Amino acid sequence: MPVERYEGVQLGTTPEEIEDEVERGVLLTTLDRAIGWARKQSMWPATFGLACCAIEMMATGAGQYDLSRWGMEVFRASPRQADLMIVSGRVSQKMAPALRRIYDQMADPKWVIAMGVCASAGGMFTNYAVIQGVDTIVPVDIYVPGCPPRPEMLMYGILSLQKKVRTEEPFK
Amino acid sequence: MRINPQDRPVAPFDPSGDVAEDFRDPATGDFRQETMIINMGPQHPSTHGVLRLLLELDGETIIRCKPIIGYLHTGIEKNTEYRSWVQGVTFVTRADYVAPFFNELSYCMAVERLLGVEVPERARIIRVLVCELNRVTSHLVAIATGGLELGAVSMMLYGLREREIILDLFESLTGLRMNHAYIRPGGVVMDLPEEAPRKLRNILDILPGRIDEYETLLNDNPIWRERNMGVAVLSAERCMELGVTGPPLRSAGVALDLRKDEPYCGYETYDFNVITRTEGDAYARYRVRIDEMRESLKIAEQAFARLGETPGPVMIEDPKVGWQSKLSVGPDGIGNDPEFLDHIMEESMEALIHHFKMVTQGVSVPDGEVYVPVEAPRGELGMYVVSDGRNRPYRVKIRDPSFVNLQAVPDLVEGGLVADIIPAIASIDPVMGGVDR
Amino acid sequence: MTLAELATAVSTRYPDVVVAREEATLVVAPDDLLAVLTWLRDAPGVQLDALMSVTATHWPDRDPSFWVVYELRSTALAQRLRVKVGIRDDGQHVASVTGMFPTANWHERETFDLYGIVFDGHPDLTRIMLPADWSGHPLRKDEPLGGVPTWYHGALMPPIDERGMA
Repeated sequence: MPVERYEGVQLGTTPEEIEDEVERGVLLTTLDRAIGWARKQSMWPATFGLACCAIEMMATGAGQYDLSRWGMEVFRASPRQADLMIVSGRVSQKMAPALRRIYDQMADPKWVIAMGVCASAGGMFTNYAVIQGVDTIVPVDIYVPGCPPRPEMLMYGILSLQKKVRTEEPFK
Repeated sequence: MRINPQDRPVAPFDPSGDVAEDFRDPATGDFRQETMIINMGPQHPSTHGVLRLLLELDGETIIRCKPIIGYLHTGIEKNTEYRSWVQGVTFVTRADYVAPFFNELSYCMAVERLLGVEVPERARIIRVLVCELNRVTSHLVAIATGGLELGAVSMMLYGLREREIILDLFESLTGLRMNHAYIRPGGVVMDLPEEAPRKLRNILDILPGRIDEYETLLNDNPIWRERNMGVAVLSAERCMELGVTGPPLRSAGVALDLRKDEPYCGYETYDFNVITRTEGDAYARYRVRIDEMRESLKIAEQAFARLGETPGPVMIEDPKVGWQSKLSVGPDGIGNDPEFLDHIMEESMEALIHHFKMVTQGVSVPDGEVYVPVEAPRGELGMYVVSDGRNRPYRVKIRDPSFVNLQAVPDLVEGGLVADIIPAIASIDPVMGGVDR
Repeated sequence: MTLAELATAVSTRYPDVVVAREEATLVVAPDDLLAVLTWLRDAPGVQLDALMSVTATHWPDRDPSFWVVYELRSTALAQRLRVKVGIRDDGQHVASVTGMFPTANWHERETFDLYGIVFDGHPDLTRIMLPADWSGHPLRKDEPLGGVPTWYHGALMPPIDERGMA
């Protein structure tokens, strides 16, 4: 039986690997795997387009690079209904409290993708006005570099997030 | 001595910006009880980016509207003071990110005016070509997002589909889909690749038919007309007072287009019309944008024809001014053209020195100040560039059309219904990157 | 109507109009600003009735150190003129032109926000770009760029304004 490897998590059946997993505490039960699968199937992003990356995010959701292949074309405006926040664009000092508030309003489980270098690390704007990486205010799951990242790059980031969601422990 | 902003009475700490202090009733000093003060944004599906509107509502009627901006302030202008002139292009292009070529064009024309140089003819034609195609993509985004916000979701998909065709050309031309840094002081950075004429021909053949499709979809659509006609009317006089330029001004009847009135880049030699309407409402602005897309395709067609007849360099020959590298898709993944690398490494020491100085120090621009306006899709985009003789800008101020056009929002929405804010803002088409810079 | 003709028309009243690089500039004293702008708007043959932009530049080594720049345009004649006003750093105020040109509202707020120049008579002079509780005026030359050191290929690079670029 082939061993699947996702982000350092090993799911296999050889005795050594099972021991490894038990040690690390990430032995997923079938129920956990089912929940993980269900969570990643239809994640709804929150509309959090800030700047240029937002245009690329819209292009990713549009016809040519279609996000609805993974059930994600439904961008919910209300953070209560969304489970994924794609921070796309530079976060200014004035916007940071609003971003944190939106993140707090989202219901668990929630994930954050930092799209673009400005959201990941401040980008080309290392100055007084831009937060140097949105991970200083919210926990980020996936960083997608690029200025702006191509739609394919964003899709790869989303698929990586889905892999991560599928294999993480649902109730920590 | 610094001016202390806290000298003015400041409301209690509101982390998300200004509070509605000036919404208090002057007679009682308190907020009125019959009206509601509602906040719209900065995170909102329909405000075209991070715009915040403070509304005082009496039921559904807006009594007072105060737009609050600054949620995307990036400090672009301060950043340009610490980078060289060519690097300034990459900063400036991210201001109005839906129409990046116009930012670059305005900045580069300002730098060239300071330097006192002329760009080659082929570069001017390419500049006109990409700018007009960018105008088409920008209007497509405007109409697509306007349609999405009002419920015409298929308009969003169609608009972005067409935009992808044009972005494909931009990608083969400049390497990037957005924020290209293609127009640089002295010309453009590289010439059209081999597949560009075919792609351009494809665009020019397909787009007019697609624009007809949009008109069929929306022009006589009763819902579209109900939501847009008579909504957000701005008279020509009020437009001029508020400094509004671009499609909102032209939809009110004033035929002001900088491409005709103060031509640059050879626009006086192209044949096109200035589209105006008289009603001044959101529907008129939508029609103006549709027709401007057609005019832009006309100009692009003429530019394409001229390109065939105008060979030559696309960057100024003077190695102390122009960016003399060539780019091509190659094995190193960075884009350096192997021929050019051979030239500077093997053949010519002088070329190597010029390249080195150009990349590390950049061009030194004589001191002075200029203001160069261009006709961006949203209005007059001007760059006020000051140099003090060094190899960095001293001050770059971007006069962004959306910044000025947004001042008209209270005039547009006060007295109307809440639901009319959406078409009002969509018809102004602000891009918050330009507003806040 | 060419730029030279406009400059000639302006110089009948204000002779120190300078024409350079196809642009005309006029320097005025802060106290005369409103009078000059009124004359420029109403004089026949000049008719500079549209204000396009208000901004400022900081020259810390010069006196006066702030130069507020008004870009005017004549709609009828399709010509432009720049008016510059010098303000000292010691708290000198300049008159607001929002009475004549409502479009100057946000421009002057932005100039106040980023430079600290106070415009007398402005209806609502508050910060527009930065949070309301921000202290300092970032675009002044004595304010730092405000970046953070960045790791790059194993080395820690200082912020851009401390790197000592040529």
